[in-house]
Amino acid sequence: MIKIALVGNPNCGKTTLFNGLTGGNQYVGNWPGVTVEKKEGLLQGHKDVTIQDLPGIYSLSPYSLEEVIARGYLLQEHPDAIINIIDSTNIERNLYLTTQLLELGIPMVLALNMTDIIRKRGDVIDTCELAAKFGCAVVEISALNKEGILEAAEQAILLAQTKMVPKPLALFENKIEKVIGEIETIIAPQVVAGESRWYAVKLFERDQQIVKMLGLEPATTELIGKLVAASEDQEDDDAESIITAGRYGYIAQVINRIVHKAQAPGTLTVSDKIDRIVTNRILALPIFAFIMFCVYYISMSGVGALVTDWVNDEFFGEMVAGNLSAWMESAGCAEWLTGLVVEGIVGGVGAVLGFVPQMLILFLMLSILEDVGYMSRVAFIMDRIFRRFGLSGKSFIPMLVASGCGVPGIMASRTIENDRDRKMTIMTTTFIPCGAKMPIVALFAGALFDGSGLIATSAYFIGVAAVIISGIILKKTKMFAGDPAPFVMELPSYHMPYATNILRSTWERGSSFIIKAGTIILLSSIILWFLQSFGYVDGAWEMVEDNNGSVLAVLGNTIAPIFAPLGFGKWQAAVASITGLIAKENVVSTYGVLYGFAEVAEDGQEIWSNLAADFTQLSAYSFMIFNLLCAPCFAAIGAIRREMNNAKWTAFAVGYMCGFAYVMALIVYQFGLYFLEGHWSLGTVAAAFCLATLLYLLFRPAPEEAAEAIDMKKISWNE
Amino acid sequence: MRTLRDGQIGETVTVVKLHGRGPIKRRIMDMGITKGVTILIRKVAPLGDPVELNVRGYELSLRKADAEMIEIQ
Repeated sequence: MIKIALVGNPNCGKTTLFNGLTGGNQYVGNWPGVTVEKKEGLLQGHKDVTIQDLPGIYSLSPYSLEEVIARGYLLQEHPDAIINIIDSTNIERNLYLTTQLLELGIPMVLALNMTDIIRKRGDVIDTCELAAKFGCAVVEISALNKEGILEAAEQAILLAQTKMVPKPLALFENKIEKVIGEIETIIAPQVVAGESRWYAVKLFERDQQIVKMLGLEPATTELIGKLVAASEDQEDDDAESIITAGRYGYIAQVINRIVHKAQAPGTLTVSDKIDRIVTNRILALPIFAFIMFCVYYISMSGVGALVTDWVNDEFFGEMVAGNLSAWMESAGCAEWLTGLVVEGIVGGVGAVLGFVPQMLILFLMLSILEDVGYMSRVAFIMDRIFRRFGLSGKSFIPMLVASGCGVPGIMASRTIENDRDRKMTIMTTTFIPCGAKMPIVALFAGALFDGSGLIATSAYFIGVAAVIISGIILKKTKMFAGDPAPFVMELPSYHMPYATNILRSTWERGSSFIIKAGTIILLSSIILWFLQSFGYVDGAWEMVEDNNGSVLAVLGNTIAPIFAPLGFGKWQAAVASITGLIAKENVVSTYGVLYGFAEVAEDGQEIWSNLAADFTQLSAYSFMIFNLLCAPCFAAIGAIRREMNNAKWTAFAVGYMCGFAYVMALIVYQFGLYFLEGHWSLGTVAAAFCLATLLYLLFRPAPEEAAEAIDMKKISWNE
Repeated sequence: MRTLRDGQIGETVTVVKLHGRGPIKRRIMDMGITKGVTILIRKVAPLGDPVELNVRGYELSLRKADAEMIEIQ
């Protein structure tokens, strides 16, 4: 079996090449324990050659998750060959990664991509000279037109079979080369001969991960440290700067000789011209608003809503559930079995699958925005606002989408590259009230606030405030600190969307949701169905007519006291909150059932008087806050699980949301009591304590800053 | 000391030195902003931050706070 790794910068056409090489023969997963996608596949026509797609990276530094994954794979898994894909239109920066890959001692092919564009422009790249200067094979390809891609793969196979390792280049000034040579000699006993250059350069850069990995003696590291420090003094620069400048210096020299441009430097390309309008100081925001409106309108209220309503009401509601229950009854199935299958399984899973068409439409549009190159402009335009709360400019899209439905909102967070920003976005996105939470708002606004529109408006303000407060608080916690997200982002050239890539990525996202999120939803729906359908009636275990006598009601009674400080200690409120987990609009129908109505309107008009008797305006508002902010529905939790790719993080996210919701409701209710009625109690003290803690968490200085101020150079080398 | 933050839109500048340390500095260098390179300051985002640069033949965006680490001529 031959393993070939595909390595290259982001936006260099790597995905297109990977799809072209493997066809439909792919396996998509995650790298163990992280949210970074892992793809591998079989080379078309070769059953014994696997292609491993590595994350798009700019360098092999130890600072970004993607880069650490890529270099970990290259060093530990030792692929038989590397195909280094290069965007020829951006060759200078792309070759920077190449200079690092060459040091790994792995056979390598340079695949110069987008050569069709180069030809169209009339530019010429001297590939023979490039091959000579970089000491490895060079193949011109166009991944989009499938030109030369098989030749590149054949070349890689050939190199893998002959084990032709590229000779490391002498990139740096003689003085530096000499020091690197000395380090190579020092570490020679610890490393394989072909890799010594790589380790020596990394040790020169004071790469702590490599020091740990090699497990060098303190005396050895001290010796190397002294050598490096001497060079740093001589060059009046730090080691990392010396190395990067050396690499880019070498590349600039080569580029000067091999790239011949037809047009004078500074000529604007089509992409430049588009960008002048799209990110124009005046036009950028209106254009942005228009595009976002289109995305939202088409996926959430237009086509998406139409399809979703149809799937939910007609397909699952009438066709599947209706026919199934009729069929099961006629077949003489037990009543409970029919209930389980129709209400529990079809109802639960249907609620989730109903989102799928809407989600696919949304993903389709997001994929287009990504493929065209607009997504990074979104970050460029929105960064200023979002980075204040520790989020990325790209968090805007998930939040916008979440105002329709949290599930695709969470899934949309996948366009955020930075792991920290992505996790934070996933955790806060569902605070934005989604479409299904609006009936809860309408219910209480109608029952206790004369249908005031202010209540709905305030729901959105609460959601946005929750995002902002959480962003600032979380940013300062240990889990998110210490890994500052540099916003040094490439703005790739615009290009026409490529249908295969878009459809494939849409399908990957959609299907992964169905499979992974589906299981958790199925399970929880079944459990909840049992809880609310069965109970002890007159000492006998049986299926209950309504929820009043169910196990869920008993459970509600047990946990109701927890909500007493929030003003809704009645068991109905607890039960309604729990059934809200299946889908938020269930809160309304559950109240209907609990007050003895078989069916209620979407805003629950029939039960307004019952609610008005059970709630005060204040406790109603507190209940609303809690249900808007607490754990989202199972479908959204499933999506969180899918995106976090980690059970602990999912639990943390859901726990955080519930805790946050509780604290917020507590503060509002208790202070409300105090100010409106002058009522003072132990709860007021608790609320005051919570508020003080919240304010402390909000305004305390970020702990990471103190740590960052330590001079890296002064940290003991043999730490 | 003049930094990239002080540069005007449309101006082409040369990098003299990079200050600061750690991951952000490394990232800036990895993206091609090293000693001696010329940078065209293309534009500022509509809300005033970040800035868009043209460096080594491609477009790069950078926050103004990070641009302060880059000393220019």
